[in-house]
Amino acid sequence: MIEILQYEFMQNAFWAGLLAAIACGIIGTYVVVKRMVFISGGIAHASFGGIGIGYFMGINPIIGALVFTIASALGMGALVRRTRLAEDTAIGIFWSIGMALGIIFIALTPGYAPDLFSYLFGNILTVPASDLLLMAVLDVVIILAVSLLYKEFAAFSFDEEFGRVMGLPVERLYLTLLCLIALTVVLLIRIVGIILIIALLTIPAAMARRFTSNLRKMMILAVGLGIGFTFGGLWLSYAIDLPSGATIILVGGGVFLITLGFLKLQSRRREAGKV
Amino acid sequence: MAKPAALEIEDLWVKYDGTVVLEAVNLSLYHRDFLGIIGPNGGGKTTLLRAVLGLINPDRGRIRVMGKPSSDVNARGLIGYVPQYSLFDRDFPVNVRDVVLMGRLGARSIFHNYRAADIDAAQKALKSVDMLEFQDRQIGRLSGGQQQRVFVARALVGEPKLLLLDEPMASVDTAMQEGFYQLLARLKKEMAIVIVSHDISAVSIYVDKIACLNRRLFYHGTKEISADDLEAAYQCPIQMIAHGIPHRVLKKHGDR
Repeated sequence: MIEILQYEFMQNAFWAGLLAAIACGIIGTYVVVKRMVFISGGIAHASFGGIGIGYFMGINPIIGALVFTIASALGMGALVRRTRLAEDTAIGIFWSIGMALGIIFIALTPGYAPDLFSYLFGNILTVPASDLLLMAVLDVVIILAVSLLYKEFAAFSFDEEFGRVMGLPVERLYLTLLCLIALTVVLLIRIVGIILIIALLTIPAAMARRFTSNLRKMMILAVGLGIGFTFGGLWLSYAIDLPSGATIILVGGGVFLITLGFLKLQSRRREAGKV
Repeated sequence: MAKPAALEIEDLWVKYDGTVVLEAVNLSLYHRDFLGIIGPNGGGKTTLLRAVLGLINPDRGRIRVMGKPSSDVNARGLIGYVPQYSLFDRDFPVNVRDVVLMGRLGARSIFHNYRAADIDAAQKALKSVDMLEFQDRQIGRLSGGQQQRVFVARALVGEPKLLLLDEPMASVDTAMQEGFYQLLARLKKEMAIVIVSHDISAVSIYVDKIACLNRRLFYHGTKEISADDLEAAYQCPIQMIAHGIPHRVLKKHGDR
């Protein structure tokens, strides 16, 4: 295992996994407890529009995705909050418009779009050092925002109406949280790809919830689990030569399901012991 | 100078999609008042509370809490609110103490964390509803009645001047009702209280004043309601509540 770290692309891959796990542990916790999985899926898929625009303009597609994903997160949030459109309808519309834009812009781009596949399905082994820097900056923004707004986000997630009664700027908090989800999505595109992002946002946090009822501990534990899943998946994909993004997700999903089964068995045994 | 009314509503109108929900509502409530508002379901009780809380904008009229407009965020620190249903996720990872702390949000500005004084206040509020021993328990692992007490503590922790309770008996079992009203009787000495219910018998014994609400508010600043008012509010003749005293209801229970 250690000897693979002498390759620079492997070192980059581990750094990328670490940086991604930090964001998805923290933001994934909100996504899970505030039941924002579907809107996160919408934001993730809409980001494809930004990738396409990035190609078309000849800039780094990740930068295109960053701008476009934040814009579509805000658009989705405004549509959900300010119109009478049902939430899932609004999300579904943005979800597909974003993807369609991506396809159109890539078709309009002359020539062949290299590594398009890696944006859709992720390839942690091809993350360049410049993207690592961007990921680190996004992590700092996320950590800063969450530590400054911790009590507001907690109150907002738990009971929005009471928060409003207490004078919380509920709509602005919601839009801020959507922007943080957008940043996390951009961080994760390189790792697992647009299509698999939602798994890395939910699995570590959902699993952490099984072991703690404290929001802060849940975040920390989710970050740890995310690191475990990405490193484990990365090693396994290297060892048996499988696509890294999908392997990371399957490692996480597998561990999660086994843990659920084990906990269920344990509680059943405890109940049986009582009788 | 006289203290401002704890709650002052003047000519309040609220419409939803063109349907009038509240029509020309007037109400004045003072420190230490304990008012029960009864009325049929759909009569606008919750809408009235939401308007007072500033959650909906009235089409016409004025609401003042301790002399301040209720749309003013500052006025909300003066109001404690216990909702009928808290639409929270029972599995949400938060303990009882932290739920109560959310009632201090108004006291701490954005970007600042709670202080030791807030935690003290939360524990004091939990003690006043006999829930201190559960402070570390995850909120979903309490019974409905216990959760209700926690939400009362959350409303009290901000030291409100006006306490609004929406159908508080909905999730309190009969055995706990008596204790719950004793708590309210104690709180009454420090603030004005409004309790809203569709169930006349639930509130009538304990409150000091009663109003009837069905789009319009029938209130005379007393505990007596005329049969005409009830009939107007419930829109059907009501006979059983008179206890042999025509046009006077509920008085016998309330003398203290």
